Amino acid sequence: MEAEAAKLIGAGLAAIALAGAGVGIGTIFGNYLAGALRNPAAAQSQFPNLLLGFALAEATGLFGLVVALIILFVF
Amino acid sequence: MASATETQTAVAQAAEHGANAGGGLAIDPMHQFKVHSLLDLKIGGLDMSFTNASLWMVITVAVVSLVLLLGSNKMVPGRLQSVGELAYEFVSGMMRDVLGDTGRAFFPLIFTLFMFVLGANMLGMVPYSFTVTSHIIVTFGLAAAIFIGATVVGFAKHGLHYLKLFVPSGVPSVLLPLLVVIEVISYFTRPISLSVRLFANMMAGHTMLKVFAGFVVAMGFLGGWAPLAMMVALTGLEILVAFLQAYVFAVLTCIYLNDAINMH
Repeated sequence: MEAEAAKLIGAGLAAIALAGAGVGIGTIFGNYLAGALRNPAAAQSQFPNLLLGFALAEATGLFGLVVALIILFVF
Repeated sequence: MASATETQTAVAQAAEHGANAGGGLAIDPMHQFKVHSLLDLKIGGLDMSFTNASLWMVITVAVVSLVLLLGSNKMVPGRLQSVGELAYEFVSGMMRDVLGDTGRAFFPLIFTLFMFVLGANMLGMVPYSFTVTSHIIVTFGLAAAIFIGATVVGFAKHGLHYLKLFVPSGVPSVLLPLLVVIEVISYFTRPISLSVRLFANMMAGHTMLKVFAGFVVAMGFLGGWAPLAMMVALTGLEILVAFLQAYVFAVLTCIYLNDAINMH
């Protein structure tokens, strides 16, 4: 296989990590909604934690994207 | 059908671009991150040139300082003063939640960090500007300073007892060696995760915006409306992310400082 082709395939594979971020963000918002509908009074106080969890989950997926970009642009 | 083919061409072009790393085609999503020197300055072997990154850091500090300083301090605040008070209240409330009253001394540090990262992220959303925080060296510089600072604070406050941070309490002694290793690794990856989180978010967001902007151009005057609408939505999302990442950066700094001051 050509090195260039292997590079592109590798970058594509590394980008699969974003699927995990999708699942994580879905879980966080889904669970927040479920919790907020059960106890709307407590929902507002947990909003910062929701944002924190969202950012942390998104960042984990983006690490995979960084790997993909490193494969594409650095090597 | 025609527009679908055009989209595919655009995607193919974008992919080709990635492979060529900016070979000179019309759309180069990575071009916006190029650092170029504005004022050459070489001291010995050291390249101390004033680059566009330095320029935007200066602009960020200037804008943030102007917003905070130009606000009057009247009893009934005006618009600019309200912005300043809002930012102060926001960071102060966040610190009270995470750090408690013991960490009030660190308020200037956290506030400055938050305002700098927020200012840099927000100024990066201005078209044709340069996003300082989309460069790993900038975010890693901040994160490394925070990490070293927090470690020094921890040792200064607790002495060698600070090493207890690596030994979780109430764990069976069989598991202890493994857990200590994991705790040490997780402690030392903090600056990396803190910096890569901010840098990856900003870079990925701006690259995505640029790729979608390429679709708008590629699909022309008639077909470009759909990606243009998408662009508007994505820009909104990016502004949210810009704020959120500044917030997360500040919160995680508080959490690390909390470990150092209160030992959990």
